[in-house]
Amino acid sequence: MTAPLLQVENLATHFFTRNGVAKAVDDVSFTLSRGEILGLVGESGSGKSVTGFSILRLVDAPGRIVSGRILLNGEDLASLDAEHLRAIRGKRIAMIFQDPMMTLNPVLRIDTQMIEAVQAHTSLSRSAALERCREVLAMVGIASPDERLASYPHHFSGGMRQRVAIAIAFLHEPDLIIADEPTTALDVTIQAQILAEVQKLCAGTGTALIWISHDLAVVSALADRIAVMYAGRIVEQGRTAALIEAPLHPYTRGLIDSVPSRNKRGVPLRQIAGMAPSILNLPKGCAFRPRCARGDGACLTPPQAAEHRPGQWARCFHPHLAEIRSEVPA
Amino acid sequence: MTPIIDIAGVSKRFVRELDTAERIAKALGAGIEKQTVHAVEQVDLTIKPREVLGLVGESGCGKSTLGRMVAGLMTPTEGAIRFRGDDMAALKGKAAREAALKVQMIFQDPMSSLNPRMRVETIVGEAPQVHGLVSRRQRGAYVEEMLHRVGLDPAMRRRYPHQFSGGQRQRIGIARALAVRPDFLVCDEAVAALDVSIQAQVLNLFMRLREAYDLTYLFISHDLGVVEHISDRVAIMYLGRIVEEGATEAIFTGANHPYTQALLSERPVISTAKRRFTTIEGEIPSPMKPPPGCHFHPRCPHAFARCRIERPALKQIAPGRKSACHLNDAA
Ligand SMILES: Nc1ncnc2c1ncn2[C@@H]1O[C@H](COP(=O)(O)OP(=O)(O)OP(=O)(O)O)[C@@H](O)[C@H]1O
Ligand SMILES: Nc1ncnc2c1ncn2[C@@H]1O[C@H](COP(=O)(O)OP(=O)(O)OP(=O)(O)O)[C@@H](O)[C@H]1O
Ligand code: SF4
Ligand code: SF4
Ligand SMILES: [Mg+2]
Ligand SMILES: [Mg+2]
Repeated sequence: MTAPLLQVENLATHFFTRNGVAKAVDDVSFTLSRGEILGLVGESGSGKSVTGFSILRLVDAPGRIVSGRILLNGEDLASLDAEHLRAIRGKRIAMIFQDPMMTLNPVLRIDTQMIEAVQAHTSLSRSAALERCREVLAMVGIASPDERLASYPHHFSGGMRQRVAIAIAFLHEPDLIIADEPTTALDVTIQAQILAEVQKLCAGTGTALIWISHDLAVVSALADRIAVMYAGRIVEQGRTAALIEAPLHPYTRGLIDSVPSRNKRGVPLRQIAGMAPSILNLPKGCAFRPRCARGDGACLTPPQAAEHRPGQWARCFHPHLAEIRSEVPA
Repeated sequence: MTPIIDIAGVSKRFVRELDTAERIAKALGAGIEKQTVHAVEQVDLTIKPREVLGLVGESGCGKSTLGRMVAGLMTPTEGAIRFRGDDMAALKGKAAREAALKVQMIFQDPMSSLNPRMRVETIVGEAPQVHGLVSRRQRGAYVEEMLHRVGLDPAMRRRYPHQFSGGQRQRIGIARALAVRPDFLVCDEAVAALDVSIQAQVLNLFMRLREAYDLTYLFISHDLGVVEHISDRVAIMYLGRIVEEGATEAIFTGANHPYTQALLSERPVISTAKRRFTTIEGEIPSPMKPPPGCHFHPRCPHAFARCRIERPALKQIAPGRKSACHLNDAA
């Protein structure tokens, strides 16, 4: 087997706040192959964004990567100096944010900022750079790129701005793109257009993708593999079909079951009791214990990730191993 | 049955202010000016007692504006909204105050709709006391009762909003609305900000309350799965107009309007296999310059000459079922 493109090992990112240490990301490990799409899902505050920012080394005080390794093609990003990081960011790893204005400068024309982005990592001439910009804009489905290039961000709709941000991410055909809820603010029809473009681009360029989202439906339609986060940890990961069809972890199962379209109309939705704990004050042992129907004394010690089925990992002492999944009601 | 809410020929127009990007651009010399938005255009809709009417549509299509008018928080530019037969804008004095209490609104963002400096007991208990529904002495017990109804620990009544989670804050908003004994709730994206597991809890609460207190809902959401689950009937909006309306099952199993069809085919559903997204072409047009004729024609795969000129009327196509598309005339 070839070495994976990205290998995150025991990553821990903590925030040292006045109220205590917030273990936003704790002992997170996963790998990603070239061209693969990983969906990172979890509820608000579970640590998805901090995981993404950590890989790019964009965590600021009071936060800090306290341990772990982030190997991109075998090179540890966690220990790179600022200059090497700059050379990698935007070129070999790019990020797409929920708000495209995190990428775009409101006072510069699109061509000005895109050419700048090309020339930051290459020695292309202005006209060659412009040609590259036209190419990527066409790739993300923007009609009449020339007209668009001469415009300012405010001339565009939200969906169009996000397309431009995605085009910029693909400028250098990076090895890896980290996309943090890039379609959450967009409408269904526009979201579908963007998902279609991203799918095509990844297949065409071999770029690997980490797609962060709280929306299991979007992730299940897009990703090869899914990792589920809860309170700073990945509680389950596996291939999309296996994880959706036969989730091991009680939390994953609860999440899937509480989606309205998987419940009968007119009857109460299956719900997970209680609410997510504060990461400043996690329960002892398994963080899901206060909400878990299967929890017992064993769960008072923290469960380690174990491969309960080939390629499917969970942190749980009593995973759903044998049961047949309840039918999805019509 | 007489409707509890009757929306008749209602329109709302705004003069739109500039957003940040536009203001910056204007300061730099771009020629951008304020424009008129037709947020809601000639909407007719009735809601029967004890039913849940789901209102769906994409961002900016006018859902919240319609909801605010129904809740009496905004007056229509044209047309009338009748509550149990009375035009709400024409009511005066005591009758107006009473009608206002009977229709309550629940918002998307519980934090911004709750006064951060008030304790929960004031947030929930103030209005019923002011309106004479409870005496000062009964107020404490009444608040506890309301908190209990929405599944909050009554012991938390002395806390402030920031001391609650998102899901709990939404429950406080619901308790506040219920405290004035409404008949009708307008829920505007009331579960949109909540995580899936908490969203299920709050949706279940809405359904329980409906049974217990004979409530009627206008349930606004962009989430088709949520609307399908909770609504008896659904209305679909596109750029200020209702384009289709009917019983939930009928719409979700056989949409008539090309826009509804597109919307349903694009909605993400949990799947075990990767899916190829096929897409409706084009963007949602600006409500400031809506296309003539059928607003959907620039994106509609079936558009023909008439669609570019004539607005399709919302017409009955089957019992209890309406759609606004010229294709229905051809058949
Ligand atoms: N600058 C910071 N200071 C203190 N705590 C922080 C900071 N940034 C993030 N956190 C904490 O880290 C945890 C994880 O946050 P993160 O933003 O990764 O969540 P998320 O899964 O992306 O959630 P969402 O879906 O809401 O975006 C949260 O509990 C958050 O409060
Ligand atoms: N107070 C206002 N002043 C000016 N324009 C407004 C105002 N309220 C709404 N609009 C405009 O009216 C249109 C409809 O807005 P509305 O908020 O009703 O849409 P919506 O369907 O609720 O959208 P969303 O799903 O984004 O909440 C939009 O173009 C909006 O910009
Ligand atoms: S470890 Fe125990 S408490 Fe945690 S999810 Fe598994 S069964 Fe539940
Ligand atoms: S009226 Fe014409 S453009 Fe509008 S939805 Fe029907 S076919 Fe399409
Ligand atoms: Mg986040
Ligand atoms: Mg709205």
